[in-house]
Amino acid sequence: MRHLHDDEIKKLEERAQEVRELTIEALIHAGSGHTAGPLGMADIFTYLYFHALKHHPHQPNWPERDRLVLSNGHICPVLYATMALAGYANPADYQKRLRKFGSPYQGHPHREWLPGIETSSGPLGSGLSQATGMALALRMDTGSAVDQFVYCLMSDAELQAGSTWEAAMLAGKERLHNLIGVVDRNNIQIEGYTEDIMPLEPLRDKWEAWNWHVIEIDGHNFEAIHAAIGEAQAVFEKPTVIIAHTIPGKGLQMAERRFGWHGNPPGKGPEDVYTKAEQAKKMLKDIRTLGGTIRSEHE
Amino acid sequence: MKLHQRQAIHKKIFTNPEMSPIRSGFGEGLKEAGGRNPRIVALCADLTESTKMNLFADAYPDRFIQVGVAEQNLAGVASGMAAAGKIPFISSYAMFSPGRNWEQIRTTICYNDQPVKIAGSHAGISVGPDGGTHQAIEDIAITRVIPRMQVIVPADSIEAYKATIACAGTKSPTYLRLAREKTPIITTDRSPFEIGKANVMTESVDPQVVIIACGPMVFNALKAARQLADTGLETIVINNHTIKPLDKKTILREVKRTGAVVTVEEHQRMGGMGSALAEFLVQTYPVPIEFLGVSDEFGQSGEPEELVEHYGMGISHIVEAVHRVLKRKRG
Repeated sequence: MRHLHDDEIKKLEERAQEVRELTIEALIHAGSGHTAGPLGMADIFTYLYFHALKHHPHQPNWPERDRLVLSNGHICPVLYATMALAGYANPADYQKRLRKFGSPYQGHPHREWLPGIETSSGPLGSGLSQATGMALALRMDTGSAVDQFVYCLMSDAELQAGSTWEAAMLAGKERLHNLIGVVDRNNIQIEGYTEDIMPLEPLRDKWEAWNWHVIEIDGHNFEAIHAAIGEAQAVFEKPTVIIAHTIPGKGLQMAERRFGWHGNPPGKGPEDVYTKAEQAKKMLKDIRTLGGTIRSEHE
Repeated sequence: MKLHQRQAIHKKIFTNPEMSPIRSGFGEGLKEAGGRNPRIVALCADLTESTKMNLFADAYPDRFIQVGVAEQNLAGVASGMAAAGKIPFISSYAMFSPGRNWEQIRTTICYNDQPVKIAGSHAGISVGPDGGTHQAIEDIAITRVIPRMQVIVPADSIEAYKATIACAGTKSPTYLRLAREKTPIITTDRSPFEIGKANVMTESVDPQVVIIACGPMVFNALKAARQLADTGLETIVINNHTIKPLDKKTILREVKRTGAVVTVEEHQRMGGMGSALAEFLVQTYPVPIEFLGVSDEFGQSGEPEELVEHYGMGISHIVEAVHRVLKRKRG
């Protein structure tokens, strides 16, 4: 796979910024929802929807499409934002209707409410099973030459649910090369840091033990994301998991690395930096200016 | 009491009934359905022979997935395959699927509206010697409360064969409840079977009570009805194989004729077929009902018939319940 050109990287970075901005705007309107995970995964979602996926946003059921399964459904604000910017929905509509009555943007994704969503999710630990089923079915139809990929995005803490490892075992047994897992290794969960709540390390060894090919990357570096997806597509005899090290709350200094922002929207987060009353306004400003100081470095 | 002509009931039913496990009808039906439709796939959690899914697996090995002892994954993988265009059948013991993997069935199959068919074998108390851990007597309750789910309880192996083929042709998630032991064959190839259409098994000019049963208990209900008829008490027996969607029309008609109901099922009295009927009848045509089933207890080891007697679903229990409900009706 060829390298990304500088202008491609710049475009992706700008896109990711739009995704973050729309995510925060929608969360502020919603008044509830998760903040840290969506911001941390914005770069990977941007790369997948704007560079990697074979898909037609205006024909969501195109049979030859790749499949993207979001297993940790609670980070759907970033899924909706990316999908809206990619053409599956109207960004202005999304901004106002996340988690509202009758809205396509349910608090956790439902495939029947927003065409283009492959599966409903929320209860953790079930996405990899469904992605494995999809990869199996696609290979059954096409044979080993199958080039339709199934991407399964998971959180790190959901790997504490045993059903994930049931699926990992089956995908390893079946040598599902068209299955690509992405683990958001952001080290936080609702009640604290993963290694305090229930340690996941050695995480690489766990996946390797189930016969997966493992790649570890910086989940905010587009060149690294690009190279990892390319490698995952090239590996033939195994499924691949990309352990993407990310910063929860990425892009918003007040939220970065703080587990208190896992399940709270702007205005309801921890008050260690800003009061609840100040949070929404400050966050919007920060996200729109790339955090003020960060912008000057960026430029 | 006369056996209903239209039901084409097996002629040896009261003399020397042929015996066959209900799960065998499922296995043969699945193989037949698989031959008719290449989109059908089958997945099992290390109980392929026990659930008789081996017939399909041997005939269509490329369409069979062995997931190992992993029932949660079993449900999720099937949902994913359905999302990619397949019609998956999954099988295990009912205690583990839909028992252990209920949330995956609710979220990944029913909430997603995927046409996965869940065959739960070894359901009911008649599992016998394996004991309480393996006797699923709560499964009707937990499946019928899930939106979109069809719940079917075949009365014998011939009906299980037909039910399997029929549900393969529907778009609904479906729970097929199957018993382990050899069960008397009641129906024949010519007996009608339609999902959501209860079968009235007997004819009577002046019936006093309607006995509504499902699964292997239909046989007991017929035997009880005959015994009652010998003493001059006429009843109607309904084989209510589809618990959801309920055949409200047929049930209401027969309940209006009799004004009293006895329900019989190999399940907890709470939440099962009897409860489903009661939910419907109290709102439309309230009549006295007697519920036969397990009374808020766990099972134990024993021979199937012994257990059915112990937990109160035997022929004598049905006869007694008919007398009880009749007394209440006459008030």
